[in-house]
Amino acid sequence: MGARLTRWLISAPPSLFLVTFFLAPSLIMVGASFRHPGAFGGLAPLVAAGRSGEHGLTLDAYAFLFGDWIYLWICLKSFVVAALTTLVCLLLAYPLALLIAASPRKRRDLLVLLVILPFASNFLVRVYAWMIVLGPFDLLYTQAAVLIGMVYVHLPFMILPLYINLEKHDPVLLDAAQDLGANRWQRFWRITFPLSLPGIFAGSALVFIPVLGMFAIPELLGGTRDILIGNLIKEQFLDNRDWPLGSALSLLLTAMVLALAWVALRLARSSMRGVS
Amino acid sequence: MLLELRNVTRRFGGVAAVDAVSLGIESGEFFTLLGPSGCGKTTLLRMIAGFDAPDEGEILLDGVDLAGTPPEHRPIHTVFQSYALFPHMSVEANVAFPLVMSRRPKAETAPLVRESLDKVHLADKAAVYPHELSGGQKQRVALARALVNRPRLLLLDEPLGALDAKLREQMRSELIRLQRDVGITFVFVTHAQTEALALSHRIAVMNAGRVEQVDTAERIYGQPANRFVAEFIGMCNILPAEVKTANATHLSLDLGSLGEIVAPLYPGVRAGHRGLLALRPEQIRLSPHGHADRLRNQFEGTVQDTLYLGDVTHYTIEIAGGYRLQALAPNSGVGRAQLFRIGDALTVAWRHDAGHFIRD
Repeated sequence: MGARLTRWLISAPPSLFLVTFFLAPSLIMVGASFRHPGAFGGLAPLVAAGRSGEHGLTLDAYAFLFGDWIYLWICLKSFVVAALTTLVCLLLAYPLALLIAASPRKRRDLLVLLVILPFASNFLVRVYAWMIVLGPFDLLYTQAAVLIGMVYVHLPFMILPLYINLEKHDPVLLDAAQDLGANRWQRFWRITFPLSLPGIFAGSALVFIPVLGMFAIPELLGGTRDILIGNLIKEQFLDNRDWPLGSALSLLLTAMVLALAWVALRLARSSMRGVS
Repeated sequence: MLLELRNVTRRFGGVAAVDAVSLGIESGEFFTLLGPSGCGKTTLLRMIAGFDAPDEGEILLDGVDLAGTPPEHRPIHTVFQSYALFPHMSVEANVAFPLVMSRRPKAETAPLVRESLDKVHLADKAAVYPHELSGGQKQRVALARALVNRPRLLLLDEPLGALDAKLREQMRSELIRLQRDVGITFVFVTHAQTEALALSHRIAVMNAGRVEQVDTAERIYGQPANRFVAEFIGMCNILPAEVKTANATHLSLDLGSLGEIVAPLYPGVRAGHRGLLALRPEQIRLSPHGHADRLRNQFEGTVQDTLYLGDVTHYTIEIAGGYRLQALAPNSGVGRAQLFRIGDALTVAWRHDAGHFIRD
């Protein structure tokens, strides 16, 4: 009984935090997506009061959302950008993480520190810095600029989980593989790579999901032509004052991420038997 | 000769971990490198496997120098102490690994894997993953994997070290049977002398990078070449001795204040040689004071200490001149677990053909 109480006490604060700051807002958003936008922003009242305007519940936001291909198109485009960012991050991070993991113990800490050092300065300042860098190359306000910015900001989130995974690998496994006839290439693809799959999945999730919702980078580096779903959602709340549509878009994004996470988890389970 | 080491030396920071080692290992042998930790046996094994290269000397397999041949191209496999099974592969895939690496056709792989798993009695575990296996089972998968494509030589790096005592004994007999069964040459590294004695056709006792003695188990135990070997293998009484006479059948040894005793002849030993008498504790017979056997080598003593070990009791006995002897006496008499108690006076004696003279 004591153990159960302890468990409950330990899990209570984080559970409470998640319920308050994640579950409750999400439910509020679900509610908001079924309402009318208010005349001056916000939401129209549920019950008609005084001068009767639009009120009550409606499927308008969803009808609007699925009535126009442009929204689904922007959604799809966001997924492509997120996938591409994740792929480029993976390709850049993997050799680097391998290098750090293979360094002497003392130097590893320094290298990890260098990886997270950019976080010491403000995110927006760093994005503005990229505007200055990209400007002279005629790259600013292009899709390439968005991709560069996305990769730059999220690279550490790929390096760290990969490094943490690779650092744990037992070097004797590579000795054993070599002893049994595997050359350098075979040792990587048959031992190191499959064993690093949990790190790859973790890093990919940490990059893919934030990129999907990111609006500052496409806005600053992509200009007005190239908006992603993050910008679209932000616009509904701040510029168009259509909270229901913004909520519906958010929920669409959440649903797509959850669906993807479910597929990824199933894939991960089947490919990582015995690893984790 | 299958494997030949010629003057192999390996230094780390100026210190020779392996110091001019020369050895020959015959095809089909169960050969053991035995020594305390840090004696260089593991370094030697890594050089044979190809993970390290000698600074001097050569390693030849079937008469061909292995220098420059990386581990993956040597027909030599290793069973690592931690087994090093690939955690993301099933038992079957682990055992098939060397076959896949050497690009054997699939049709050949499956029966070889099955045969190899059969040999270690794990045919029913083919689909299981390593983390679901016990220590002994992991050990046997590692053996099956290393033997599946019949290497010329199998290296075993303290493979029984991680197992508990009961399992270790069981794996010992398994290893002997397996080696006889597959007929592959085993080079076994261990610091456990009982393991070495039980398993090996021949043993090389190593100390501080050098080989002290290469011999059969019986000769390593019964006729140690020097004090290190005598003391490292089992318990041993060491008494300073000088050869008085050496005739056709035996040696007369002068043990100083203890007087003269008789010891078996050993080739090359002549009158005047100084050295040590190595006498195993189980060679000493104990009898109550005054009930002496008719043995040539006899001394009066008192029991200083006893250690009851179940099957035997280990006695520490002080004899004339302050010498202390260790003796093991079997507890075979029913209802008489311990023959003597501390302080008892007794007679110690040993046969004229017991003991071994080591020249200094």
